[in-house]
Amino acid sequence: MDKILEVKGLSQVYGKGCDLCFASTGPEFETNICPHCGSIVALHDLSFDLYKGEILGIMGESGSGKSTAVKCLYFDQMPVSGSALFFDDSGQKPLFKLNPAQRRSLRNHRFGMVYQNPNLGLNFDISAGGNIAERLLMSQVMNYSEIRERARELLARTEVLTERMDELPKNFSGGMQQRVQIAKALATRPPLLLLDEVTTGLDLSVQAKILDLILEIQSELNTAMIVVTHDLGVIRLLAGRTLVMKYGRVIERGLTDQILEDPQHAYTQQLVASAL
Amino acid sequence: MSNGINFAFLDEYAKREIRRSVIKAICIPGYQVPYSSREMPMGRGFGTGGLQLTLALIGADDTLKVIDQGSDDSVNAVNLRKFIEMTCPGIDTTTHLQEATLIQSRHRIPEQALRADQILVLQVPYPDALVIVEPSEDKRKIMHGEADYSRLLVKLYEDIVKFDEITISHRYPTRINGHYIIDPSPIPRYDVPKLHNSEALILFGAGREKKIYAVPPHCLAEPLAFDDVPFRIEDFTDSHGERRACKLCASQTSFLDEFIDQQGERVYQCSDSDFCEQQQELAHG
Ligand SMILES: Nc1ncnc2c1ncn2[C@@H]1O[C@H](COP(=O)(O)OP(=O)(O)OP(=O)(O)O)[C@@H](O)[C@H]1O
Ligand SMILES: [Mg+2]
Ligand SMILES: [Zn+2]
Repeated sequence: MDKILEVKGLSQVYGKGCDLCFASTGPEFETNICPHCGSIVALHDLSFDLYKGEILGIMGESGSGKSTAVKCLYFDQMPVSGSALFFDDSGQKPLFKLNPAQRRSLRNHRFGMVYQNPNLGLNFDISAGGNIAERLLMSQVMNYSEIRERARELLARTEVLTERMDELPKNFSGGMQQRVQIAKALATRPPLLLLDEVTTGLDLSVQAKILDLILEIQSELNTAMIVVTHDLGVIRLLAGRTLVMKYGRVIERGLTDQILEDPQHAYTQQLVASAL
Repeated sequence: MSNGINFAFLDEYAKREIRRSVIKAICIPGYQVPYSSREMPMGRGFGTGGLQLTLALIGADDTLKVIDQGSDDSVNAVNLRKFIEMTCPGIDTTTHLQEATLIQSRHRIPEQALRADQILVLQVPYPDALVIVEPSEDKRKIMHGEADYSRLLVKLYEDIVKFDEITISHRYPTRINGHYIIDPSPIPRYDVPKLHNSEALILFGAGREKKIYAVPPHCLAEPLAFDDVPFRIEDFTDSHGERRACKLCASQTSFLDEFIDQQGERVYQCSDSDFCEQQQELAHG
């Protein structure tokens, strides 16, 4: 299998940080706040590989650092340390060594992101179609009819009524907004998709449909995905491999089935037991 | 000078600073160069940005033309011209485009082509074309630097969705030299193509916003558009499909102002009064 992403030692600290931050936080201390300087160690020493077409799950309780991890990879913020290598068709890209224009280019053309809060992923002042148009325009698609056609296709594919493509997404239901976000993320057919709690807060029936859609996209486009969730059900359905996080650290990793059947870490055991 | 006021009102230090900004603006076509806009003895918003450029560039051997919306006689144009004449002893002023070496204008680029030995200074109220999509100036700077204009293009997309055409009438966003997009000041669309491959240097001055930018001679200037929805200038054809003519000089090529005459009739007249008069003189020999 071809590797698409190699993350090594990714760490993120909010606050000024000190020499003792990493040594005094984590699961064994049951905190992510450094007692010496008060900084938040949101993420420490995250490493993993991701392969083409694979779905990797990142699971963990609220505040464990899941969103921080994907936000760093999507360049929403810069980590304090660590590296990530993206294996693009045109060569390897060390994510955190790129200049702003190169970062923007990857973000616009090669990565897709779906945020938990549609507010972050969509521009609510422009139409659903306009949101997709924006991503196509970033890729220098400058033909109006072609943009319309592709936006219509993408919305149809994500089961948004195409008659509503010229409406503002703020008038849409939560599930519809997530579909528009997915359509937007897919506009450039990116080989890597980051999904942060896509189904949180949606009705169960709507959740199920969106999860189906994600699986269909994976099999159709062979898109590699990182799926962030605190929902074991989502992990069970989507992810082949899973990382379990707590206080910014990975405490358990492996094939999802194995983790669910035979969790090693006490915390994971507890999680799995309570979900049964 | 005897009355204690320096030639061209500004002190030499201020002029040098503006000239340095002009040189930088020419070197980076379309880039908004910040400068320390001076207080002028008139309200900001009355062309103080253009005025400072004119004052920094003018010399005693220059011939100046000042126009406001195409007219040399409007109150604003007259006031600016008087001020410049008063503070720049020795200069000539003219209404004839051909005689001018320096032209300061608001809302129009003259009808007739400019020459390489002329400089056009345009007064700018809002220098940044991105302001309609991004309120933060820091973020706009980054967007300009990376030529990240997709959000502006989305505005055009939404315009076509809603109105079947691009409805921007003035301040049409225009890409300079393949990179920076400028607000070309509130000139009509009709004037935008004149920025492209111009013989004359065109300078833009925004006094309130403290920015100077330039479209140098023979520079690319492309109004934003889609491949299949091209940029269009104003349409002056009447219901019979004929190009309307100026009621004074009969020109069928000029940019026309529309108004209602005493009989309540809709009439059209050249917006550029100098051009119109020259056409009338030609006709009467
Ligand atoms: N911008 C920020 N400034 C300061 N602290 C932050 C910031 N963003 C996140 N944090 C903190 O970093 C830690 C990790 O946050 P993160 O959002 O990555 O967690 P998460 O696993 O995504 O949680 P959730 O399940 O609630 O979304 C938390 O303690 C959070 O409060
Ligand atoms: Mg989160
Ligand atoms: Zn610390």
